[in-house]
Amino acid sequence: MPQASALSVPHLLGIKDLTAEDIRLILHTAATFKEVINRPIKKVPSLRDLTVANLFFEDSTRTRVSFELAEKRLSADIVNFSASSSSVKKGETLLDTVHNILSMKVDMIVMRHPAPGAPHFLAGRIPASIINAGDGTHEHPTQALLDAYSMQEQLGNLEGKKIAIFGDILHSRVALSNILCLRKLGAQVRVCGPPTLIPKYISSLGVEVSFNVEQSLRWCDIANILRIQLERQDIRYFPSLREYALYFGINKAMLDRIDKRIVIMHPGPINRGVEVTSEVADSEHSIILQQVENGVAVRMAVLYLLAGNR
Amino acid sequence: MDQERVILSQERFALTIERLCHQLIEQFDRFENACVVGIQPRGTLLSDRMCERLKALLNIPNILYGQLDITFYRDDFRMHDKPLVPSATCMDFLVEGKDVVLIDDVLYTGRTVQAALAALNDYGRPRSVELAVLIDRRFNRHLPIQADFIGIVVDALDKAYVKVEWAQRDGEDRVLIFADKKDHQP
Repeated sequence: MPQASALSVPHLLGIKDLTAEDIRLILHTAATFKEVINRPIKKVPSLRDLTVANLFFEDSTRTRVSFELAEKRLSADIVNFSASSSSVKKGETLLDTVHNILSMKVDMIVMRHPAPGAPHFLAGRIPASIINAGDGTHEHPTQALLDAYSMQEQLGNLEGKKIAIFGDILHSRVALSNILCLRKLGAQVRVCGPPTLIPKYISSLGVEVSFNVEQSLRWCDIANILRIQLERQDIRYFPSLREYALYFGINKAMLDRIDKRIVIMHPGPINRGVEVTSEVADSEHSIILQQVENGVAVRMAVLYLLAGNR
Repeated sequence: MDQERVILSQERFALTIERLCHQLIEQFDRFENACVVGIQPRGTLLSDRMCERLKALLNIPNILYGQLDITFYRDDFRMHDKPLVPSATCMDFLVEGKDVVLIDDVLYTGRTVQAALAALNDYGRPRSVELAVLIDRRFNRHLPIQADFIGIVVDALDKAYVKVEWAQRDGEDRVLIFADKKDHQP
């Protein structure tokens, strides 16, 4: 049971700004919302007087649907906006776009943007609460929180537990948010991938680095596998996808060689046959779809707690 | 008036709960179509106790019993300085067509009960809902809500604070009244 009953921050810009106590409060609140979304009537009236705008300047399936469901299940009014079908194409600036939407009386903003720091830029300039739903290669805090929640469901308290993150660490906002979140909760974290996709100085965040997939699988309790983000790779970081799959892909034979059960996670979307084979993604080791379910509960908790701070 | 005063001692406390249980039995017989719903977090302390006693009195193994958290249904959300931290709801049945006994420790403004009625709606349409409380502070009601089963009635000024203490949590079963909310250290 967390000590605090309110978050220490007015926005959720990144895990970096949260205290360990904030994270515990969110996870505790999420557990009660998980019970709500498993009822026959999945809706509660907490946010019935708030309007939330979902601003997606970058493509998304899970995060967008998940936020939308979370808002609807809290009875908020919502407006959706995607950059591809808006005046952004005509050259409107981010601040102008947001000011125009806010003048229609919007209380909270959920934003995904390709530029790192975009929500931080807005936070000082507008009165609404902002939730970062992914900013470029920087942070994706709600994903890290739902990952931590899913891990807790599997392992209980994460203090001292071993979590390995595999894949494209360099371009992944999920990796950075996960590392920050897990370290604050006291877990041991290791990153594993090809040397070209591991940022320099990442060990300064308190994580171990390994280039050996099989050895890292043997070390960890949970393997969080990340997608190769081809759309962000402006130069070649490895010779071919086939070669990546061969040396860094995770397959069933590897898991069978390990004498303990490890849990497989993936934030989606999966490149099947690249970072992980279908056999593993669909196996009993995988909790990928539970992660998606937990995503709604965690986002409800974040919206609820931030609304309470207003 | 003293700063604090005991208005229900340990012996009277047990007697009052005993009477409430008998009144419920009088109304609902063997609870064939009735269920008990305690309001989290403090009402469940009373409903836990009453359910155990009802089962013993009726000599039946089980009563349909749920614990309802009403945090998300409150109408004063965001009027407090901080968000309210919810407790768990534990309702593994629907109340459709049932006679529901709603249980809380103190009935005061009536807003908690209003929220509980809204929350209960999400579990179906009950045939009837009745309210049992240990303490009825009948002044300062904000809504037209009355209890059907009442432990004791307390007439006190708005600034007073009524506190129910439980053996398993506070060491002794008793009810206290503080003349001023400010004297009460939670």
